[in-house]
Order: sequence, then C-alpha cells, then structure tokens
Amino acid sequence: MNNDLEIFRDEVLLALAEVTDIRAWDAIRVNTLGKSGKLTALLRSLGGMSPEIRKERGQALNRLRDELAHCFEERKRVLEKAAIEARLQAERVDVSLPPPPCLGGERQGFLHPISRTIEEIRSIFGTMGFSVEEGPDIETDWYNFSALNTPDHHPARTDHDTFYLSPRQPTESEQQEIPQKIHLLRTQTSGVQIRTLLAKKPPLRIIAPGRVYRADHDATHSPMFHQCEGLVIEQGITLSHLKGCLTDFLRAFFDRPRLPVRFRASYFPFTEPSLEVDIGWSRQTGEIGNGADWLEVLGAGMVHVRVLANCGIDPREWQGFAFGMGLERLTMLKNGISDVRSFFENDIRWLRYYGTNPFEAVL
Amino acid sequence: MKFTFSWLREHLETHATLDDICTTLNRIGIEVEKVENKGAALEPFLTARILKADPHPNADRLQVCLVDAGPGFSSVQVVCGAPNAREGLAVIFAPPGTYVPGLNITIKKGVIRGEHSGGMLCSLQELGLGEESQGIAELPEDTFPGQSYADFAGLDDVVIEVAITPNRGDALGVRGIARDLAAAGLGTLRPWLQKTVEDKFASPLTWAITYHEACPWVLGRAVRGVRNGASPEWLRRRLESIGLRPVSALVDITNYFCFDLGRPLHVFDIKKITGSCLTIDRGHGQTLRALDGKDYVLSEKDCIIADEAGAQSIAGIMGGEATSVDENTTEVFIECALFDPVHIAMTKRRLGISSDSSYRFERGVDPALPMSALEAATCMIVDLCGGEASAVVAAGQQPYWQREASLRFNQIKHFGGLDLPSYESVAVLEKLGFEVMTYDESALRVRVPSWRNDIAQTPILSQAEGLSTEKAARVAEPVASMEAERDLIEEILRIKGIDSVPVVSLPPLPFLSSQESESVKRNSHQAKLFSIRRLLSARGLTEAVSFSFVASERAARFEGTSENLRLLNPIASDLNQMRPTPLVSLIEAVRHNSARGWSDIGLFEIGPAFTSDVIQQGQQTMIVGVRSGYTPRYPGVPSRAVSFDSVKADLLEVLQQWGVSLESLTTSTGAPSWYHPGRSGVLRQGKKGNIFARFGELHPALLQSDSIEVPVVAFEVLCDVLPLSKHKKKQALKLSPFQPVKRDFTFVVAQDIPAENLIRAVREADRQLISHVRLFGVYDPNNPNVSNKWEGRVLKTKVLSACDNNGDILPVQNVQNNQDNGDKQRLLSSILRYNKKNLKIESIHERDEQADKQYLKVSSRERYCFFMSVEVTLQPMERSLTESDLEAISHQIVKAVEKTTGGTLRS
Repeated sequence: MNNDLEIFRDEVLLALAEVTDIRAWDAIRVNTLGKSGKLTALLRSLGGMSPEIRKERGQALNRLRDELAHCFEERKRVLEKAAIEARLQAERVDVSLPPPPCLGGERQGFLHPISRTIEEIRSIFGTMGFSVEEGPDIETDWYNFSALNTPDHHPARTDHDTFYLSPRQPTESEQQEIPQKIHLLRTQTSGVQIRTLLAKKPPLRIIAPGRVYRADHDATHSPMFHQCEGLVIEQGITLSHLKGCLTDFLRAFFDRPRLPVRFRASYFPFTEPSLEVDIGWSRQTGEIGNGADWLEVLGAGMVHVRVLANCGIDPREWQGFAFGMGLERLTMLKNGISDVRSFFENDIRWLRYYGTNPFEAVL
Repeated sequence: MKFTFSWLREHLETHATLDDICTTLNRIGIEVEKVENKGAALEPFLTARILKADPHPNADRLQVCLVDAGPGFSSVQVVCGAPNAREGLAVIFAPPGTYVPGLNITIKKGVIRGEHSGGMLCSLQELGLGEESQGIAELPEDTFPGQSYADFAGLDDVVIEVAITPNRGDALGVRGIARDLAAAGLGTLRPWLQKTVEDKFASPLTWAITYHEACPWVLGRAVRGVRNGASPEWLRRRLESIGLRPVSALVDITNYFCFDLGRPLHVFDIKKITGSCLTIDRGHGQTLRALDGKDYVLSEKDCIIADEAGAQSIAGIMGGEATSVDENTTEVFIECALFDPVHIAMTKRRLGISSDSSYRFERGVDPALPMSALEAATCMIVDLCGGEASAVVAAGQQPYWQREASLRFNQIKHFGGLDLPSYESVAVLEKLGFEVMTYDESALRVRVPSWRNDIAQTPILSQAEGLSTEKAARVAEPVASMEAERDLIEEILRIKGIDSVPVVSLPPLPFLSSQESESVKRNSHQAKLFSIRRLLSARGLTEAVSFSFVASERAARFEGTSENLRLLNPIASDLNQMRPTPLVSLIEAVRHNSARGWSDIGLFEIGPAFTSDVIQQGQQTMIVGVRSGYTPRYPGVPSRAVSFDSVKADLLEVLQQWGVSLESLTTSTGAPSWYHPGRSGVLRQGKKGNIFARFGELHPALLQSDSIEVPVVAFEVLCDVLPLSKHKKKQALKLSPFQPVKRDFTFVVAQDIPAENLIRAVREADRQLISHVRLFGVYDPNNPNVSNKWEGRVLKTKVLSACDNNGDILPVQNVQNNQDNGDKQRLLSSILRYNKKNLKIESIHERDEQADKQYLKVSSRERYCFFMSVEVTLQPMERSLTESDLEAISHQIVKAVEKTTGGTLRS
C-alpha cells in the first residue's frame, strides 16, 4: 500500500477512535467518505493517472474504502451503545410515586345504590320479557286514586298522606265531590298501570320504577322514596304465575336460589285477591334467606276487574296481575343500610361507601 | 287492633297454640303486627312475705329481711334498701337468675356490706309496669306467698295486635277474627247472646231521623236504676290490656262492645237530655264540646244527634260532654245506630277528629247486628250496674243489605291457579257464614252474610274520560258478576292459604310484538341515561339522589317560584316547592358536605325538574353535575380551583354519549341568572335551536348566600329538549392510503371573537380535505403569558351608534338599544361582518338623538387583538398533496377566517 494512503488511514482511524458522540462521528464520516470527503477526492484523482498505476492504486483505494467503512460502522455501534447506556444512567423516576390525581381528586365516582337497584330490577324483569314504562311525578287524582278503585272517601286514602299541589285546594263545599283534576304528588307508581292500560293494548308486561311521595318522615319513612310497579295482562295468567314471577324475581335479586318466599292474603283497592309477599331472613343477623323470621318486601295481586273496566279493557277477555315494591327497602336489605333518610342526604362519605362501582356488570 | 288470647277464646273454642293462631292470622290476611306477652317476662317473679326485717349492721339505709316466697324460697335472707320494707308486708320477690326489665340486670346471689342477699324485693317500676315510686310494691295483705306474680296480677294474658285491612270492617271485633279462625280450621265459633232482658217500662226517650242519607236506622233503650261505679276487675283488665283507659262501668261496656263485636255504641245520661226525643239531624253551625274536651263547629253536612237543647253528639264519632254519663248517672239511654261510612269519613276529615267508633263506621258495620248488639249491651249493663230495661225504641229501618253471589268452580283454577275439590270451597264459604242457595258440580250460588260488606257490592266505576260510550258500557257490563265471583274466590284462597297455590314461572314470550318495539325505543332512552350515569361516575362524579322538593326561597334563586308547584301541605317549610332544576338540590348537597369538611367533591343527579309550563305533560328529566373546591396538589402540579373547562368537558362527554353531534353545537353566553355572567354559557344545536344545556361557574352571590366558600362549577342538560339521535346505519368505511398533513396557522383576531367561530371558519374552508382543527394557542401578543382573552381587558363601551373610519355613518339593521352583554357582543360581531377589514372599533359614542335609525359610530384606532393558533389536519383521499395544493388550501383557510371573523394571518 502506498505510504500516503497508510498515513491517511491512520489519521482517520485515530480521529475515529477519539470521537465520543455520534455527531462528531458523522462529521468525520462525511469528511472522509462523503461526496466531498478526502477518500472520495483520492478516488476521483485516479482518473488522471496512468492505467497501471490507476489499477494498482485503485485496488488499494477500494480496499481502504471498505476497511474504513467497516471501521466507521463498528465505531458507530459502539457509540450508539454507549449513548443508550449513558441515557439509561441518567433517566430515573421514583416508581413508587402515586399517579397524578384526576379532577375532583377521586379516580372515579359511584352510582347511587337506588340506581343500581333499578338497573338490577330492569335486568331481571327484562329477561322475563318486561319493558319499562314511566309516568309523571305530578299526577291527577284520577290516575293516582280514582281509576285505581280508590274513591275519595276510601279509608285506603288516609293511609297515603298525600301531598297536594293543585292551585285549588278543595274547599269546604267541594269536599264531598272533589274534582278529578286535582294535582298531587303520586303516592304510588300504580298510576303508570292506568297510563299503560290506556295507551297500549294487552298483552302487556311492564315495570315502572320511579319516585313516589308521602307526607311522612322518620327513620323508616321518607317523604320521597322509590317504588317499582309491575303489570302483566295476558290471557291465561293466573295467581300461580304471579307467585312464580315474584318468586323468580326475589330469588334472582337477592341471589339466593332457595330463598324462602311466603305469600299472605292482604288488601289493596286495585287488586283482588291481594297479597303481601315475605322473604325468609334472620332478624338478629340480618341475613337474607336464612333464619326463622319473615320480612315483608312487596305487595301484589290480580288486577281488579274495576281497574280494567275503568281503562276500557274487557275483563272477560283479559286478566293478569300487578305488583309494587319499595326500592329503598330492597336496597337496604341487600346492602345492610339501616336508615332510609340517609338515601337522600347526599353525604359524600355515604355515597362513596354504599354506592356501586360504575363498571360492575349488572347480572 | 288489639285483643287478648283469653278474649279470643271467649268466642272461639280451640286447642290451638298462640303460634298456630298467629301463623293462621297472617295467612288469612289478618297481619299480626305484635305479640305482647308481658307475663312471660314476669313469670319468675314470686309473691312473698317479709317474715322479719332488721336494720343492716353495717349500713344505715339498708335492712336485712327474712322473706318467705313459697316452696324453695321459704326462708331467704334479702338485703333491701326500700324504706317501706317491714315485717308482715306482702311483696314481690325476684329469685337469683331473674332478669329485671326495669333495671336491665339479672339478679345474683351476693353479699352486701357483709350480709348475704339471696334475691331482690322489687317495685313495679323495676318490673317495667308502674311509675316511679318510693320503695317496693306493697301487695294486698292476704296475698299467698309463692305464686307467680304474672298469674297473680293477671298479666299472663297475651296481647295480640293485628292490622285489619280497610275492606274488613267485620274483623274490627274479636268475634269477627274468631269467625275467620274457625273457618280456617282452628276451632269452632261459640254461640253468643243466650240471655235476653225483659222490657219493664216504656222508654222515656224516642228517636227521630231527619238526615236519612247519613243514618238509615237507629235503635235505643233506656235502663233505669243503674249504679255507675268502677267496672269489675276482668273488664278493667281487658280494656287496659288493649290500651284503653277504664272510665266507668257504663262507658267501659260501650268500649267493650266496640272491640268485642266491632259494634260502636253510645250512652246518654237521660237526666241531662232536654225533651223526650233525640233527633238524627244535620249540624246547623252549632258548637259542641265533645268528650275529648274540644269544641267542634258542626256544619250542615255533619250528622249530629240533637235534643231540644241542640247538638249532643257528633253522630258515630264522639259524644258530647254535656250529656255524658258520670258516677251519679242512674238512668241511661243506649244508642245503637247505623251511620253511613262516607258521611262519617267526610265529617271526620272536616273536623279532624277520630275515634274507635268512627274507625269502624267508616269501614262499615254489620247492618243486621244492631238489635242483638243492643240486647247484649243492655244485658251487661243490667248485670254490672243493676237496674231494669225499657222497651226498644227505633227510627228508620234496617237497610236492605241482602246480596247474592255465584261462583263457577273452574274459575278457582283458571283465575286463582288452585285445583280444589268443590266441596272444600263450599265448606270454606259456609264456615265464613255464606248461605248456600244452589250448588251443583260446576257452580254454586250463595247469600252473602250481613257483616261482609266487602263482598258482591255494587261496583263503583270511574272510567277514563276518553272511552266511547259504547265501549265504556261494554266493559262495565260484566263487572258486577265477575267481581262477586272474584270476591268468593278470594275468600276461598285466603282461607285455604295462598301458599297452597302452585308456583308457576311466567311463560317466555314467543316474540316481541310491534307494540313492544315502541317501548324498546323508550328503553333506549333510559339505557342512554344509564350509560351517562356510568360515564359521569367514571369521570369522578358521584351520583346523588335528592328530594324533588326544596325550600321555596332556595327555588326562587333559580327562578322557580311557580305557585302551581308549591305544596299545599309540605312536611316541612324547607320542602315546599318542586325544584326547578336538580341543581338546587346539588348545591344544597355541596353546602352540607362542605360544612362537614368535604368541599372538594363532584356530584351528579339525573332526575326530574319542575317548571310551571310542564305541569300538564309532567316534569322534564335533567342531567346535572357539579364540581366544587380545588384539585388535589401533586408534585409539580399546583392545586387549582375547579374550573369552567372541567364542567364543559363533562358536559360535552355527556352530549356525545347521548348521540349529539358536537360539530353542530353553538356555544354562547346568556346562561340563567344563577351562573356567573362572564364565565358561563349555553349550548344549542345550530344557531337557532332550543337551548338544551347550560354550564359554567355559579354566581358568586348565590354561593355567598349559601355560605359556600369554595368555587362551584356546574352543568345542566335538559334531556327533553335534546335532539333525539336516530340510529343511522354507518356508511362503509373508506380509509385513505395517503398520510394526513398537519399545518399550523396563527391568526390575529379581535378580542370579542369566540374561538368557536374561528375553528368553525377554518373547518368550513374545505369540509372534504380538512379532517380536524385543533386550537392550541390563545395569547396576548404584548404579553404571551396571558391566555385569557378577557383578563383585565373588559369592553366598557356603550353600543349605540357607529361610523366607519372615513367618518361615514353606517346603518345597522335590527340593533336593539340594549345594555345586555350578549347583545353587545352580537352587535360588535355584526359590525365586523358588515365591514370586515376596514373597520376597527376603538370607542363607541352616544347615539345621535336626531337620527331615526340606529347607528354605530366607530373610530379608526387599533382594536385590541389576540393571537389564536390552530393546527389543521388535512386528509387527502385521492392523491398526495403537492406544494401548490397546500398553498391553495392555506389561502382558502385564511380567506375564510377573514370573511367570518375579521381575523388576519399573523405576519
């Protein structure tokens, strides 16, 4: 090899050995192998030489170029590796640091236990083919009482402690025949039965969860609470189906396949026969489905012929059943909550404790 | 209603245990609410006698007594602190191991100050029976030691409290309950009224009825020569056990029959009656002092019993004080009447008065019973008070109560689900007092007993107004006979036990009918709300549920003061107005939580809101969220107040979840008065749609009036105004093979131009090519740290008239002379639209009074401008963009921005 080339090679290799970062490396590379690099210039200078020399020197230059290219790549690998090493040395976090908080400080909120109960009820009855209906909270006297076979003087009305809203309070002289258009806060979701019977034709399977209001306030009563009404009007539906449907529901809701369910005769103006439904539990431990005590959880019955006739449905053709349940009660039983008033106080501590994770699947 | 076990056994011959009786009552529709067995707890207490009482050697106030309490305890030493303990006294002794309810302790043998004590001598208070007293109970001198105190005091009788449903007036007497139990197979009903009382004289009083609607029939009988002392022990004890206070024999007897037969009676002292005739009459406005000592004004509609001096009794509800019996009564007149339930109910409600008597009349009493009830009462008065009875006097007549009902046996199965041999059904009905008229293998016909006024009644219908006459009549026609049949089925099922009906699951539905698809649509509306609940919870808000009513003063701050929506009978004055928005409740919740030290919270509620214009169609549903307080501190992230942006983000997420297209929304100011006017906004679809959401910081004055010291931001969504999203089938996805290109633009825009306008202008420049526009910078050119366009720079001009920079007056159409901020801004934008570039507003001068049109006068000085930077994403579909394409689109964007906002590209 020619002497000048050897010197040139040593110079390049020395410089290469001295670079510590990829940018300096690149500068030498361009200076050496680039378009206007020294080696490129040497190669270009071959053109002016005699063929013999050109051949010999050309081969030497090509070898030198390959060798240098190889050395550059080698060096680059080393530099890159060192760079990553250096970066890893420099980059550190305290992995035990808590993640940054979200707005409001809580990672997630919770659903109110009543919402959860309503969702579960929708889901259970949904699988039995029920659809969901709604009605207004401000009802007329007729929907809430009269159409449900509860005329004005009926003793059942006094149990209801109704809130009245009408701009016209019944005056002394009107009390005997209170006009129908009195507005009140519904005392039960049963008015949705009437609305549905008027709006739709049987066969029907509906539930109607919603707010109801009664003028009563203590540890077991709240002036507002939630009920869920149910109505089935179909041909061939008997009291047996009522029992089956509600037994199935209660067992699914409390997730106790062998939950004892008891049916007792009772009275509601809009069903006949009327029943109250109890489940087995232990008064002492509060455990559902286990124990010698009974706890009333809902009311039900076969739809009264007068109710059907009031809604223009021929009772010879259609029969069925209706039921109603207090949702706070069911929620309290299921979650071991003791005071119904706490449901509506919106104490954040209570809501976070008894509320449900929004991502928990419903059944 | 309460009764005792022994009282029940007087009407029911039975060997059934208490448990059997309670279980059966529950089954047949007479719900047992409470069983009170005072005796059980007192069983271990014994009667005893103090044989010897010596002072305690080591204590001044104690005595050491030797007590005889019968076998096993014939000589027990007891240390006692009672001052009245003395030799020979008959006392109550609690042996060791006895639980003492009044003290909540169990007695143990022990040593008190060095003396052994083998039990305790008790006061009645310690037994949980009497009032506080000095010392121990003193029993009668002749008390025999060693008896159970419960037996001795007659406390062994169990008190059963039952709930009687409103249809069962007949079960408001012990005999009615006994009859049901007998029918249910728990024994046999004993016969009653085996004695009668001979008439000795003609009654000095007679009856007259002038108010027949309220009282069809009344009976009376006088007894003279009575002594009205205290009732005998058995009667007093029986009344006390069910919670009634014994008064005197005559009063106690009427109360007794009220509960024994469910038959209210009243007695008058004949000597206090003026004249010789009692009239069932209307009240004529006279005032009566009733037995409860209160005065009642009796109206034309109230039924009264009057003598010649005026009203003496509120018929069927309460007697008057003036003619009541007392210890000097010697001549008594017994009233036994039938009063109409509706009249009783109305009078009761009008006067706000009620009694055991009205409770029974309201639910209907046995119309065939008065004669024998009067006989029974007379009999007991003569027995207990002596004297002799007159002949019976009456007015009106027994109403016709006889009714019949038929039952097809197969209906028990088809309706009630129970397969029952027909003879069993017949047996049940007969035991309940139904009289079988005809009976074959398929059906029977019965007469309804007089006391069952709930069976086979004439149906009262209240049919919907919209029904056609023909349809109404057709569906009403079968009601009477079907109802009677169902009444009988109910009786049979009730007595047989609903538990015997087989349990059958609902048959699955074969398909969704077309009607149900309607409700599926409705479902999806509700399903949306459920998914929004999840969304908001996931964003850190917790769901609240609040009362629908709030304090009216509180509602007034939210413009919700409609009289229509005020409760007439609120439970408390702070719960008297239907809330105009759930926000009222949530702010209340923030206040409560913050007062407890939890002020950095987020809440939402999905619930009803009430405004006067929705009273006809009902309330509307609103989704409302609040955030209060400050964000938590974090390394490198300072705590900051909850802000406008966070609720706006919540709100937009909710709308997106609902299915609203965010691109079509218009945001503007003009939120209701409870928001901070400069930091709140409203949303509508397009430019003219209804406002369906509002959001922002709450008004500081509102928070101040609630003493909330932390910032609160909120959003409200009016679900019923939200556009319904239609479920559209998606178009096939076309993916571009070309890379998107991003370009940044910075515009110089006037301070009052909303960012939304700029973004929209850019997007509208080429809807095909521009796939996304993102605002990433807003800053003051003179002070790059300021990104709030309004900070320290509020437009203070009055907008009345304007001119352009040449001094020419420019007309502006339809501009109202309005000080409202929103209008001002609209006005300014309209000037800009009118003459985009040349016009630079600096100040605005007073209107020229002479001009008949409104003008805007604008001077030519520099207007305050801001820089706004956007990143525009271009997505070519057909081919790569060339440099000239990019130049063209950039030019287009700049032109569009200039045209709609007056903004220019920053040079």
